[in-house]
Amino acid sequence: MNGTRKIKYSRTDRIILGIAYVFLGVFVLSILIPLIYVVLASFMDPTVLNNQGLSFHIKDWTLDAYRRVLENDMIWRGFLNSFLYSIAFTVISVFVTLLAAYPMSKKEFVGRKFFNVIFLITMFFGGGMIPTFILINQLHMVNTIWAILIPGAFNVWNMILARTYYQSIPQELREASAIDGATEIQHFFKVMLPVCKPIIAVLALWSFVGMWNSYFDAMIYLNDANLQPLQLVLRSILVQNTPQPGMIADIQSTAEMAKVAEQLKYATIVVSSLPLLVMYPFFQKYFDKGIMVGSVKG
Amino acid sequence: MKRMQKQTRAMGKRTMASKLTYVKKNWQLYVFFLMPALILTIIFRYLPMGGLLIAFEDYNVIKGVFGSTWVGLEYFKRFLSSPDFMNYLLNTLKLSIYGLLWGFPVPIILALLLNQIRKQGIKKKIQLLIYAPNFVSVIVLCGMVRMFLSPVGPLNKLLGISTNWMTMPAAFRTIYIASGIWQGAGWASIMYTAALSNASKELEEAARMDGANLLQQIWYVELPAIKDIIVIQFILQAGNIMSIGFEKAYALQTDMNLPASEILSTYVYRIGLLNGDYGYSTAVGLFNSVINVILLIFVNWVVKKLNDGEGL
Repeated sequence: MNGTRKIKYSRTDRIILGIAYVFLGVFVLSILIPLIYVVLASFMDPTVLNNQGLSFHIKDWTLDAYRRVLENDMIWRGFLNSFLYSIAFTVISVFVTLLAAYPMSKKEFVGRKFFNVIFLITMFFGGGMIPTFILINQLHMVNTIWAILIPGAFNVWNMILARTYYQSIPQELREASAIDGATEIQHFFKVMLPVCKPIIAVLALWSFVGMWNSYFDAMIYLNDANLQPLQLVLRSILVQNTPQPGMIADIQSTAEMAKVAEQLKYATIVVSSLPLLVMYPFFQKYFDKGIMVGSVKG
Repeated sequence: MKRMQKQTRAMGKRTMASKLTYVKKNWQLYVFFLMPALILTIIFRYLPMGGLLIAFEDYNVIKGVFGSTWVGLEYFKRFLSSPDFMNYLLNTLKLSIYGLLWGFPVPIILALLLNQIRKQGIKKKIQLLIYAPNFVSVIVLCGMVRMFLSPVGPLNKLLGISTNWMTMPAAFRTIYIASGIWQGAGWASIMYTAALSNASKELEEAARMDGANLLQQIWYVELPAIKDIIVIQFILQAGNIMSIGFEKAYALQTDMNLPASEILSTYVYRIGLLNGDYGYSTAVGLFNSVINVILLIFVNWVVKKLNDGEGL
């Protein structure tokens, strides 16, 4: 609609518009430049990067950092773990949340108010870090993947989003399937889920990205190095300044090692962030929908 | 009067019976749909609330939550009189309040600017780009910040100096808030952009007919169209100032910038999980949540006032 509509701008308007575009351009550049810098720096020779920064001579470029990162087992294991955790978490979380939202969306559901209060309280108040840790410990979930998959699986906020979405679906659908003799379970799987694809996509994306990018739960519950997700591997490289053992073992001088380690971080960032950054544009059409569902109640 | 009471009681009974019939008839809704979420909520949300008792006792792992010696409000007295604690409380408040004041207007301005772009293709491309940082993880963001600001990093090269920004307490909040805007402002603008594109185009047209210039149009037509969302968002975020996250603050901490970067949640982690002082740290955490709840109740009350009785 907007594309075809011609608007006549006066001179004042064009000046204002020009200023607006400049501001927007500055913002876009400030987003873009750090990202581009990381990508370029990841191809630099460590010594050149350390001494003078970016260089555009082709002789100063190298794929060495990528070789070191991609040859590292911990990075790959981190990827694999993160992928498995994120998929498993998404499936569990979205399933539990969609299920709970269904009865909660029915006006005539007996106990609706009561359960609503039970759920809502947890959004505002909780036991906090230490009591939760003690509980998970006593349940013997420490150092198992369940510690990071199960406790946060039911998300009240997502439940509210799903509930709001269900309520936008005409009641007649349930009445029709009830006449056909379908139980609530049959109705849910055969009728509701297929028409709820947009909200399922949004919740799944949120859950996946949330799990993929978080590190706190894994940091306190998973001590076993083989269980660690990518973000913890990244934390030791990027934040704690300790490259993975094999990464720079072949370098003799300490000074050289420090330079390589610093430059390696850029390649590590590119490798670890690429999957999500490549994937999310494909989900963009669902964003607006999801946001609108959220803002109805929000 | 009495008859009316009788009547209502009878009605109450009738609904009680019909409620039971409903539950029996629709048992699937309870057993299959609601049960998993309910069990998870009770175990992982309500049981830890019981664990809050250790904020009042000398917690002993072997004796457990119910067997440990009771110490009453000792921990609360201790931290409320400790200058460290006051410092961390202030750090928490400053970080989130400054973050709110600086960060809140950016997405709104961004959405208003985006709305001026009439070519949908370009608008979509810019949106796609400014959403991108939202998908970068906290760890990667903090890693980038650390590298950009390191003594040999690009910022220092650009300025021709070699300051170690990450060790300066005075720089911490600026770093935290600026990187937060970089990561979140684009994403946060979605909501306003969506509301703006839903805003009545006719009103805009009419405004132009009346000879309003662009600035007037933004001020009198577009801003009012998103006013409600702005108010609600501001109140919501104001209600969350005590629940500022652990992950990013912790990942940006260095030993040297702790005077500014230690906030209550990282403090609880440090004394509780790293030093093993469970009782004391739980007390600090409880104190934090109670303030948070009071804030949220207040906020909900304000939203109700503004939103015709509809709370959150």
